[in-house]
Amino acid sequence: MRPVRWFCTIPLRLRGLFRRAHVERELLEEFQFHLDRQIEEYIAKGFTAEEARYAAMQTFNGMEQRKEECRDTRRINLIEDLIRDVRYSIRGLLKNPGFTCAAVLTLGLGIGGNTAVFTMVNSVLLRQLPFKNAERLVWIWSTRTDRDKAFFSILNFIDTRQRTRTLEDIAAFANWGVNVTGEGDAERLAGVRISANAFQMLGVDAALGRMLLPSDGTPAAPQVVVLSNGLWRRRFGGDPHILGHSLLLNGIPYTIVGVLPAQFVLPNAEVEIASPLIFETDSQRPNRGSNFLRTFALLKPGVTAQQAQAEMSAITEGLRAEYPEENAKHTAPRILPLRDEVTGNYRALLWTLLGAVAIVLVIGCTNLANMLLVRSVARRKDFAIRTALGGTRVRLIREMLTASLLLSLTGGALGVLLARWGVQLLIAAGPADFPRVPEIALDWHVLAFTVCVSVAVGGIFGLTPALQTGGLDVNEELKGSGKNVQDSVRGTRTRSLLVVAEVALSLVLLISAGLLVRSFVKLQAVAPGVDTRNLLSMRMSLPAAKYSQPETMSTFVDRLVDRVRGIPGVRSVSLGSVLPLSGMNTRADFTIMGRPPATQAEVPAAQNRWIAPGYFRTMGVPLIRGREFTELDTGRSQPVVVIDDALARRYWPNENPIGQHLAVSDAGPERREVEIVGVAGNVKHFNLDEPPTATYYSPMTQVPEAALGFLINGLSLVVRTDTDPLPLADPVRRQIQALDKDVAASSVLTMDQLLATSVAPRRFNLLLIEIFAAAALVLAVMGMYSVIAYSVTERKREIGIRIALGASATAVLKQVLSEGIVLALFGEAAGIAAAFSVTRFMSDLLYGVTPTDPFTFASVALLLISTTLIACYIPARRATRVDPVQALRAE
Amino acid sequence: MSKPKDVVQGTLDLLILKILALEPMHGWAISQRLRQVSGDVLQVSDGSLYPALHKLEQEGWIKAEWKATENNRRAKFYELTRVGGKGLEKEAANWNRLSTAITHVVKLKEV
Repeated sequence: MRPVRWFCTIPLRLRGLFRRAHVERELLEEFQFHLDRQIEEYIAKGFTAEEARYAAMQTFNGMEQRKEECRDTRRINLIEDLIRDVRYSIRGLLKNPGFTCAAVLTLGLGIGGNTAVFTMVNSVLLRQLPFKNAERLVWIWSTRTDRDKAFFSILNFIDTRQRTRTLEDIAAFANWGVNVTGEGDAERLAGVRISANAFQMLGVDAALGRMLLPSDGTPAAPQVVVLSNGLWRRRFGGDPHILGHSLLLNGIPYTIVGVLPAQFVLPNAEVEIASPLIFETDSQRPNRGSNFLRTFALLKPGVTAQQAQAEMSAITEGLRAEYPEENAKHTAPRILPLRDEVTGNYRALLWTLLGAVAIVLVIGCTNLANMLLVRSVARRKDFAIRTALGGTRVRLIREMLTASLLLSLTGGALGVLLARWGVQLLIAAGPADFPRVPEIALDWHVLAFTVCVSVAVGGIFGLTPALQTGGLDVNEELKGSGKNVQDSVRGTRTRSLLVVAEVALSLVLLISAGLLVRSFVKLQAVAPGVDTRNLLSMRMSLPAAKYSQPETMSTFVDRLVDRVRGIPGVRSVSLGSVLPLSGMNTRADFTIMGRPPATQAEVPAAQNRWIAPGYFRTMGVPLIRGREFTELDTGRSQPVVVIDDALARRYWPNENPIGQHLAVSDAGPERREVEIVGVAGNVKHFNLDEPPTATYYSPMTQVPEAALGFLINGLSLVVRTDTDPLPLADPVRRQIQALDKDVAASSVLTMDQLLATSVAPRRFNLLLIEIFAAAALVLAVMGMYSVIAYSVTERKREIGIRIALGASATAVLKQVLSEGIVLALFGEAAGIAAAFSVTRFMSDLLYGVTPTDPFTFASVALLLISTTLIACYIPARRATRVDPVQALRAE
Repeated sequence: MSKPKDVVQGTLDLLILKILALEPMHGWAISQRLRQVSGDVLQVSDGSLYPALHKLEQEGWIKAEWKATENNRRAKFYELTRVGGKGLEKEAANWNRLSTAITHVVKLKEV
């Protein structure tokens, strides 16, 4: 209502702010002047000096409060208040170093954990990929009736590219195993052959030189490669003059034209080298049924993923109608943001972790709120005096809030420091295929998050006790013992509520951890189908120039097996195209002779593997029926296969499949007719949690020329040893080098390591959730302990009376314990209800247990209640030792 | 611990402004003058006077200056600012309107 001319009063306010002492002196002087004049007047009226003074004071009706009101008029000055409150709070906190340290540490760890996990969430899930137009980049999975993640063939890809109107550009790549020979050690690298438009589409600039250009993708163009930043530093020492150098890859010279930037993460960090995919001359080009290309695309501006999805469905439909033979099983492709594809399984994991670490922080805060509550009760008298002297409630609340915000911001600062280190720890503990690792960094988003969390946390745990001081009765407080029954009941109730919440939250976390542990145990019990102990594996590839005939390859394989078998400590040796649990996927359609399927779409498919003699024996895969391959299965004898139990049960549930014939399309368009000679046990190809996958094995000696390229590009040597296999890696490698120095071996892994890698994301997740759950449990137990301990202290007198009246120690013990049990039960009830609604979000992370597994729920609830009982027992014991005489005298 | 209702809320400000419109004065003198002019009808405690003065000062209606009194003691003298002068007119007009209206209503009831 008042037209405040605030600018006129600026000098006055500044004075109030910067010359506080002066202004304060003036205030006192003004009041003193008034008082003196009033006293003079009363003396003139005939009062004695003492009476006059008293009467004059009376006219003020509370002089100190009036002064405070005057001060309040200039306290519109927020900064001044803040400085004062902060100074006061710091003094208060320093007076209680124990509490302050505990609080800052709790908050630092809590906020630090949250900041660290949020850094991961922010960098990996929230931040756009480091590409131009990142928001328009999509991944396209081809899908089939029997698979939801399939690939494109060259011809289908080219047709799709020509027909699309919603995609600005579309790129494809294929995995490419490369042997680097020539200068330096022979080495096998994971690479990609990628359509030459890809880098321009992504908008990535080279760290050195140039990226691949569309002109590199023509048959006439010279052979060029770009290196990953890691490879450049590792193999070439970061040589800035590397451009133009020639590199012998699989025996063919390529010119290095560029180095990728360090953050480049497509498709994953293991890919170290890329060369253009030249569609026109590719050996797989004529075969429309040979699907091996992964594709990603750039949407036209304004086009939604749904529109592109609809168009892709239509194009696929058209291609299926035009080429019913090859495209019979194709269904509508799935389009998803490129970022979601890159982050894959880690989305669920990271969000779960963030939820878990947030719960830990909330529990920590609840503990702090409890501690502050107890402290605020202890300070009631102090508050009462200040209220009597004119301090308003708002001021008191603000002061308490300042103290808690100070704590939480200090905790936040500590948290940021801890988070920097925590993130390094998370990355180090994380699985090798963790996405976007080079991009993980603290940025201002994270700092903003931390500040928000700190303020929220400080506000919440500061406000709880501050609001408790609400019904402060000054007279009661100053007069008597300071024991206001009603307030004390209210305080106890709030503390009990807090502890119930704590128990509930930690139960949710413990149940989640319990479910993950159960999943992990169940998963560990799953047999991978091979004997993983003392089994060494090594990947290698043979240069295509030298091994262009199946016979030359067979000779190499035979000689290698002979040489390696001669190494002391080697029990048996064999080779396979794809190892179990390696996650690699090679499939082929087949038909059973004499049982033609009704339609093309119903043609069955199975994983196909090329193996050398002795493979099953070496891997420890049981042969259920028939025979293994021998040296007698050659390129000139009847083509044979061994099928696995899953395939046998599926198609010959009650018959003997041996002697049956299959027509398999594993080498180009023509089918091979093969005879089943044996049935082997199932093995896990990708993960332990996969269902049995139909598989057939063929002898390497019978590989047709059309499939030879794939085979020699990636072969795995498997060596069964007597003891720890790793020391044998070098002797084996030397034998390979001695046989052919152009053959490089890579990925030396024991089968146990391969197994561990396949469960690494689960193990990582489990480890972290376990840590968080343990922290939650400790905090909840501490909270429970402090509440019961405080309640015992507060009721010492009552307990004393009961003991004096003849209550037995057991009765007292029972009373205190039952108090704790009631709290714990309430917390558990709430926690179980919450867990019921929350755990289903983690069903993706579980294996073999339902999200509401009763066993886990029951055992975790039991664990929590017994731990809280122990926590209550200590103060309960103390209660029984209360000396009635002392307790009654104390007050 | 609410403060005693000395005068109708807001009226004290008007009284202070009116008194200061005549001449600059220190707090004690204002309190004396208030008692003189309003007699026993308006009980203004000295306690509520100073917060009101400080508030008016903060809001720029009045300004203060330390000067010597007639007996040569230092005292804080308040005087009306230009803003305060205008404000006084408006507040006084408001008050007149309000009191006329209330008087009117009260009389209506008596009829």
